[in-house]
This record gives sequence, C-alpha cells and structure tokens, in this order.
Amino acid sequence: MSAPFFKFGLFGENMSLVLAFVIGIGFGFFLERAGFGNGRKLAAQFYFTDMAVVKVMFSAIVTAMIGLFYLGWIGWLDLSLVNMSATFIVPQVIGGLILGVGFVIGGYCPGTSVVAMSTGRIDAMVYLAGILVGVFGFGELFPILGDFYRSTALGQITLPQFFDLPYGLIVFVVILMAIGMFTAAEWGEKKAGGKRVEAK
Amino acid sequence: MTTETETTDDPVVELAESHSVIGPRPYWNPYLSGIGLGLVLLMAYVIMGRGLGASGAFTSLVAVGVQSVAPEHAAKNEFFAEYLGDGRSSPLKDWLVFEVIGVFVGGFISGALGGRLKRTVEKGPRISTRGRLVFAFLGGTIMGVGAKLARGCTSGQALTGGAVLNLGSWAFMFAVFAGAYAMAYFVRRQWT
Repeated sequence: MSAPFFKFGLFGENMSLVLAFVIGIGFGFFLERAGFGNGRKLAAQFYFTDMAVVKVMFSAIVTAMIGLFYLGWIGWLDLSLVNMSATFIVPQVIGGLILGVGFVIGGYCPGTSVVAMSTGRIDAMVYLAGILVGVFGFGELFPILGDFYRSTALGQITLPQFFDLPYGLIVFVVILMAIGMFTAAEWGEKKAGGKRVEAK
Repeated sequence: MTTETETTDDPVVELAESHSVIGPRPYWNPYLSGIGLGLVLLMAYVIMGRGLGASGAFTSLVAVGVQSVAPEHAAKNEFFAEYLGDGRSSPLKDWLVFEVIGVFVGGFISGALGGRLKRTVEKGPRISTRGRLVFAFLGGTIMGVGAKLARGCTSGQALTGGAVLNLGSWAFMFAVFAGAYAMAYFVRRQWT
C-alpha cells in the first residue's frame, strides 16, 4: 500500500470532500480541546501568562513532521507527491507580521475563530466578518498588490534544501528547538505566576 | 402538615444545579491536544497528500459573493478568478470549504462534551463589550489581508507548511509571533 491515497487514485473527488469534512471534525475537535475556541487563551500567549499556543502548535508540528519523515523513510509515503506551497519570502514575512498584529488585536486566527463561533463566542463571529472584509479588500486591491504578492519567488523549497543539510538532521534540530521552547514556555508561565486561562 | 424541604425533588433542577457547580470541564493538556492535532494533520497528508487550512475557504466564500453581485468584475480580477475556477463546478465544492465545515462541527462536539458551549464575548476585565467587538472586527480585517498576502494562515502555512519544513512557512511563522508580540503592548487593555 502506498500513500498519499488520493494521489494514487484510491478514491475520487466526491469522496475526498467527505474525508475533508471528517478530517475537519478532528481538527476542530482538538483545537477546542486545547482551549483555542477562547480568545483570552490565545491572546495570553502574547502576555506570557499562558503559552498554550506555542505548546500546542509545536507539539502538532513535531508530531506530524516525525510521522511524515518516518513514513517517507520506510518508503510507505511518497513525499514527492505531498503538496507544498512555493515560497515568496518577502510577501510571506510581511504577511506574517500583519497577520500577527491582527491576531493579538482580534484574538483569533481564521481556524480558531470557526471553533470559537461554533461554541458561541460572539466576538469570533464579528472577527470572522472582519476576515471576509479583509479578504475582499485584498482582492479588490490585487491589481495594485499583485506585483508585490508575486515578488521574491524562491519556488518550492524546504529548510533542508535551503541550508543544504540532511532532512533527518533538520528534523532532529526542530525537535530540539521545540523542547527548548517548551522548557522556556513552562518557565515563563511559572514566572508569570500560574495564571493560565481556564474555561469559565 | 408537611414541611417544605430546601432541596428540590425535581430532577431537572437538580441536574442544572449540579452542572452549574461543576461548570465547564478544564481544557486538555496542551501537549496532548497538540499531538492529537499533529495526528490529524498527518492523516490529512497520508490520505489526501495535503495539509489543513482555513483562510482559503473564506476566500472562496468572498469570491463567490463578489461573483454573485458583480460577475464580470469578479472574472476580471485575477485573484478572485483563481478561486472561482473554470465554472464547471461550484467554487464552494472545494476541499477546504468542506474541511472548515468539519472544523465547525468538531469544535461544537468538543465544546458540548466539555460543557463549554456559551454565548459570550471573550475579553479582559478592562474593556467594554462594544470595545472588544470593535477590536475583533478590526483584527479580523487585518488578519484577512495578512493571510492573503502570506498565501495562508496559521493552519495553512504555519502548521501545514511547518510539518513539511517549508522555508516560506517557517519564515512566516516567526513573523507572526514577531508581529503579535510587537503589537501586544498596545492592546493590553483588551486582554489583561
């Protein structure tokens, strides 16, 4: 058996939409379990009182990264068939900075706002309306922004390719970095006096 | 003569009272939730060969909205046209759109099981509800622009691209934290 299943034609377009729904349920479930349907919990990351964002995000990245590496290494998953978006370094960094500003002002990111809305958070509903306006504005300004949007194109490029280092070594470095961040996060929370955000 | 006892025999009231004492269950351990999230992401890669996302679904929604109001205008706009496709099937019959509907359902299920469904506005004690909603709208608008410029959001770039060690995604991720930490001081009254 070989993966990704969809790319090997194990099922068609319509079935992929059913699976999208099922995968989405899993995604939403764990986001809510983590407390990410709560803007206070998400924003607390940026005041060092509750570092759940870093903890959840990097545990998720490390888990999936190790899985992909291992499944690719045993030859069960063809990593060359896995989608990877191309890098446009400057617009992505500027976009990231803007997004970060929007994150701490709005209290959510797009995915978490859906979970917050489904659990009744009115601020998330308003936030989502804001996203639609922002996306609309970006689209309308695209004739002007298009050139910048397409600038500094580096193509599909991974960290191992960029640094010209073995895949496995970068995986190992990311794991070490994550452990370092978790340790710093726990220490920071303790410093802040154990004011983690709980459900209320 | 019967004396009224203070506790009620009505099982519904009793249940409601005991529930309000228990309240919402605490969130899961962040590392455990993160591993769960990572396994869902891995599953998406193994099954579909692609990761997760969120902002793309909203873009499809906006593109369809623009098309329904001004079809020619939408077709002429390169950005919207890409999301509208060739018109052979609805732009809403899209993988990310179905995934995001799932996110809504999954969040609801988890919230319901944890007793965390609540019609409320999340905010710090130092800001009015109206003030918080203005910030929420403003933040959403800024987020919408940033996510489009970066070709994805925290789900589509940071998580999804992070796991495959995509250079652009990692640069994006650090930029998100930099932007948020730089801004945090100025909106502290909203949260702390």
